[in-house]
Amino acid sequence: MRTLKFLLQKEFRQIFRDPAIIRIIFVMPVIQLMLLPWAADYEIKNIQLSVVDHDHSDYSRQLVSKLTASGYFQLENYTGSFDKAMESVEHERADLILEVPHHFERTLVKENESTLFMAVNAINGVKANLGAAYLRSIIQDFNREVRLEWIQFPRFNPETQIEVTASNWFNPGLNYKYFMVPGILVILVTMVGAFLASLNIVREKEIGTIEQINVTPVKKHHFILGKLIPFWVLGLVILTIGLGLAYAVYGIAPAGSMLVIYGFAAVYLLAVLGLGLLISTYTSNQQQAMLLSFFMMMVFILLSGLYTSIDSMPEWAQYITKINPVTYFIEVMRMVVLKGSGFRDILPHIMIMLGFAAILNTWAVINYKKRS
Amino acid sequence: MKQFISFIKKEFYHILRDKRTMFILLGMPVVQIIIFGFALTNEVKNARIAILDQSNDAATHSIRAEIEASRYFEIKKYLHSYKEIEKAFQSGQISLVVVFPQRFEQDLLHFNKAQVQLIADASDPNVATTLTNYASAIINDYQNRITNNRKLPYTINTEMRMLYNPQLKGAYSFVPGVMAMVLMLVCTMMTAITIVREKETGTMEIMLVSPIKPLKIVVAKAVPYLLLSIINITSILLLSVFVLDVPIRGNLALLVFESILFTLTCLAFGLLISSSTASQQIAMFISLVGMFLPTVMLSGFMFPIENMPVPLRVVSNIVPAKWFYYIIKEVMIKGLGFAAVWKETLVLVGMLAFLLALSIKKFKIRLA
Repeated sequence: MRTLKFLLQKEFRQIFRDPAIIRIIFVMPVIQLMLLPWAADYEIKNIQLSVVDHDHSDYSRQLVSKLTASGYFQLENYTGSFDKAMESVEHERADLILEVPHHFERTLVKENESTLFMAVNAINGVKANLGAAYLRSIIQDFNREVRLEWIQFPRFNPETQIEVTASNWFNPGLNYKYFMVPGILVILVTMVGAFLASLNIVREKEIGTIEQINVTPVKKHHFILGKLIPFWVLGLVILTIGLGLAYAVYGIAPAGSMLVIYGFAAVYLLAVLGLGLLISTYTSNQQQAMLLSFFMMMVFILLSGLYTSIDSMPEWAQYITKINPVTYFIEVMRMVVLKGSGFRDILPHIMIMLGFAAILNTWAVINYKKRS
Repeated sequence: MKQFISFIKKEFYHILRDKRTMFILLGMPVVQIIIFGFALTNEVKNARIAILDQSNDAATHSIRAEIEASRYFEIKKYLHSYKEIEKAFQSGQISLVVVFPQRFEQDLLHFNKAQVQLIADASDPNVATTLTNYASAIINDYQNRITNNRKLPYTINTEMRMLYNPQLKGAYSFVPGVMAMVLMLVCTMMTAITIVREKETGTMEIMLVSPIKPLKIVVAKAVPYLLLSIINITSILLLSVFVLDVPIRGNLALLVFESILFTLTCLAFGLLISSSTASQQIAMFISLVGMFLPTVMLSGFMFPIENMPVPLRVVSNIVPAKWFYYIIKEVMIKGLGFAAVWKETLVLVGMLAFLLALSIKKFKIRLA
């Protein structure tokens, strides 16, 4: 116990004497939390619209003003030639072309039917899809208005109609930041755990000071605990900073209990630190350790459901998400912060995470040798 | 010259003998392409949903069957009361609840009007919107079927054409992005770290007292990484063409030229970082925060730039990857020529010149 105390003293001193580490620990979360949620805004708005109007009728003008008034579209240009509109798409100025054919209004009135043409820049598939969907629904609305102009619907509706009402729970304003901030917090905590811990140990290897510790009577588990505990504490500190920022900047206060968040984070950090330790036992210099943890972080982050929904991944990728600790914490964070899930809801997650912690740490301890 | 070549050889040995690093450096683009290409789709399918059917009649049954049959939905649960909805959401099992009120079919038959309520878990706003849209479309189809597809008067039809990427594949937008990311990682981060590493372990001192010019030492360090990047560019392009079916519509030579230009810019940035830092951890941190994060965030490939607040949009202009991403998209996907990207190319050249000048000026022959 006394040995451990001294080792911890050494580690904390080392961390706090290194201004670079302090900067990484305290500045990085702030920067990321201040910037990332603003950047990671997938809400589709401000779609640049280019209108090619061959008709110049009342209807075409009404439609355009309805589109621009919707808030989703911004009129980038309004021309009479398709080539001009196409050029603005080529230069990424416009995302969507709406072409109103000749005699659009006349055909609609006389022949009861008329067609509008749309061309979407589909390089970004999501945006193309949603943009087209918005455009279509606004055109449908417009269609309804036109119909009302011409036909007086009787009070008793002869057409069968199923009314669909939709409501959005937990995030009624559809604010994307509510979705991203809890996820980004997880990434921050993970970075500190896996990244910094493994770098710290490998650094001792690289500059040779680990030899000095290896020749002392310090026990293996003392050394490992001495390395892990400071980062475990740091991880929780960063979580606290992050939660504070999330509240101060974005007004996100967890709907669920703080205790549940911290409880899970404590277990999660054990698992992630085990991973960091494992990385450090497999690498011999900082460059390798960094590259390896970077590589793993990348795969973990991409396959964690942070950006894209896990349900839509192919089966093999879903299996990877299951052996990815980050997935569970992101899920838990979103559940607790947004939906107010309680301890009972996340119990399976906690059990799995305990399993991760046990496996990773045992593996790392077995693999750690006091000889080089 | 002979000295220079033997220095380059030395660097190659450094890299080649470190099998793990080599493996990761060459494997990274492959793994990224596969993950981005196959695992990450923004398409929503197999969403787990629940049904609260208070009516339980023929009409709701056939709507349920249609929802079940669609590839977007997978009915996971049948609820029995409103109270269960919140619990079901909280346990994280489902993302949408379809609620049929009592007497659904009767209302439909007698009043020609009935209601369905969709409740989405909007934690993920886009998924919520998409699911609501899909479910409404299914219900709409059902309605059309029972009214025998009678056509309404004064109908505006819409015809849609998807330009460049008719199947809406995600690959089209991320292949250029992965290129930018990998190049930056290899060139900026790895270069910066190898140089700083020699400083940290003290071997830099030995090299600086050798008769070779200091600048050559540094350039010799960069050459192997340039070569590695070219290998990576090749493998990314091959993978994207043959595995992901993303065509190269434009001129290949132009594409390669632009990639090398970007690679050089990254190398220059790496040199700059290495000459202003003394420890690997700091070098790594700076390349991560100064280069990698901005590339991922502000180049437009992960996150749409036009949605960002003005300050971020302004900052995005000094990120080389943004320009590179734009160029690659125009050349590779849209098939445009040099005339369409000369301005952006010029920006990259300017950045390269600036970074090189700065790093040469900051380069010190003596270590502190």
